[in-house]
Amino acid sequence: MSAFAVAPPALLRDAWEPICGALGIAPVRGPETGLVMLRGRVGGGGAPFNLGEASVTRASVRLSSGEIGHAMILGRDADKAGLAAAFDAAWQNADLRARIEDEVVAPALALEAEAERRRAEETEATRVDFFTMVRGED
Amino acid sequence: MYVAVKGGEAAIRNAHRLMEDRRRGDRDVPALTLEQIAGQLALAVDRVMAEGSLYDRELAAMAVRQARGDLIEAIFLLRAYRTTLPRFGASLPLDTATMQVERRISAIYKDIPGGQLLGPTFDYTHRLIEPSMAADEPVDAPERRAAQDEARPRVTDILGDEGLIEPDGEGIGEPGDITRDSTDFPIGRDMRLQALARGDEGFLLALGYSTQRGYGRNHPFVGEIRVGLVDVEVEMPEVGFSVRIGRVQVTECQMVNQFKGSAKEPPQFTRGYGLVFGQSERKAMAMSLVDRALRADEFGEERNAPAQDEEFVIAHSDNVQATGFVEHLKLPHYVDFQAELDLVRRMRRAHAEAEGPAEDYPEAAE
Repeated sequence: MSAFAVAPPALLRDAWEPICGALGIAPVRGPETGLVMLRGRVGGGGAPFNLGEASVTRASVRLSSGEIGHAMILGRDADKAGLAAAFDAAWQNADLRARIEDEVVAPALALEAEAERRRAEETEATRVDFFTMVRGED
Repeated sequence: MYVAVKGGEAAIRNAHRLMEDRRRGDRDVPALTLEQIAGQLALAVDRVMAEGSLYDRELAAMAVRQARGDLIEAIFLLRAYRTTLPRFGASLPLDTATMQVERRISAIYKDIPGGQLLGPTFDYTHRLIEPSMAADEPVDAPERRAAQDEARPRVTDILGDEGLIEPDGEGIGEPGDITRDSTDFPIGRDMRLQALARGDEGFLLALGYSTQRGYGRNHPFVGEIRVGLVDVEVEMPEVGFSVRIGRVQVTECQMVNQFKGSAKEPPQFTRGYGLVFGQSERKAMAMSLVDRALRADEFGEERNAPAQDEEFVIAHSDNVQATGFVEHLKLPHYVDFQAELDLVRRMRRAHAEAEGPAEDYPEAAE
């Protein structure tokens, strides 16, 4: 479910037809946009406190094959939330699971990891390498 | 005598139409896109999200555009928008220890595990306007360096191992929510931090500055500032477990302060905490200074400075409330003023009679 939530919308859109195109999607709930209160912890690790809200969109769908899937994503992309819920439902189908894992879950997580690596490397280049000045005698 | 009047519909309509025209500006100049605002005015967007108390970059960019760059107006728009949405629930507390760090510095330890990472910062720039900003010159891609996967513990946890610093503390139960619960002072630290996280950056900056200048001094050091992405996890009752629904960028500041100890506590460092949406170090630092100042009672410190006065700080930190009350003064107060005018006239008559017969005062308002 997390992989569907972080996947770029185009990846979900383009993958649905070839993998699950035969299935019909009927909405059970939503997609609807609302808020989730994000919490922090006092001092980083102490008691929780309410930091502020984030917009989220959630959806539940039923496939024509019977499975029910759910999704919640950050942001207000209703189409993506619906597709993420549909993939969550289709993933429960043992015949489709392997393809969804290979063609949706793995690429979505790989894209996220690649972005993470790029950010980490860019940040790493700004690391301060301290060196000690040696006082010369001349 | 005052007679109630109606009017102004056409004037208001035309004023809004004129404002819309001025907002758009010269039609020969291309309109700003949301991508341009979110991408190139990112820190303005971050401020609107933080003080609007709603994490949504696209909405915040729309608000900045609609408000013609007036950030408090944009914050107001975002606050108004959030009231139209249902709240589905709360996330699990964000874990800043596992943040994907984009910047992380400590002013108290040179060699912190995980390193000092400057990230994208204005620090160490000369604050000279670059002539290149007048044009659209190509910008170099950032330098990269292979990154090892290393832990970046919070600096306060390092000091904590020696017992030199007060621990994070524990808390159970639901935290208070200033958007739903009544704020009867004194309020808990949880609600204070929520109010400070959405509080006005300028107001908190000035209060934090006042503590440094001696109004509630508490000897601060920046233990650590970290900026980066944290996972948002939400319990989903439909599936019975928590699901990661995306990531948000936050700035965290751990301010470390001296404390000489008390009858119950040995001398140790105490802390102020700041956590803010987006990249906003100034706000996170100001928040942590004010958080610490507001904890005066916990440490038996004398409370005599504005930054230590919980009701004063919390009741005036919200810039939407503040601007609403200040700006309402420009709306028609014709009746109120008429009453005041009448009162002043009567007082002047009484005053003149008490003084004895004298020349008539001409009345300016007539």
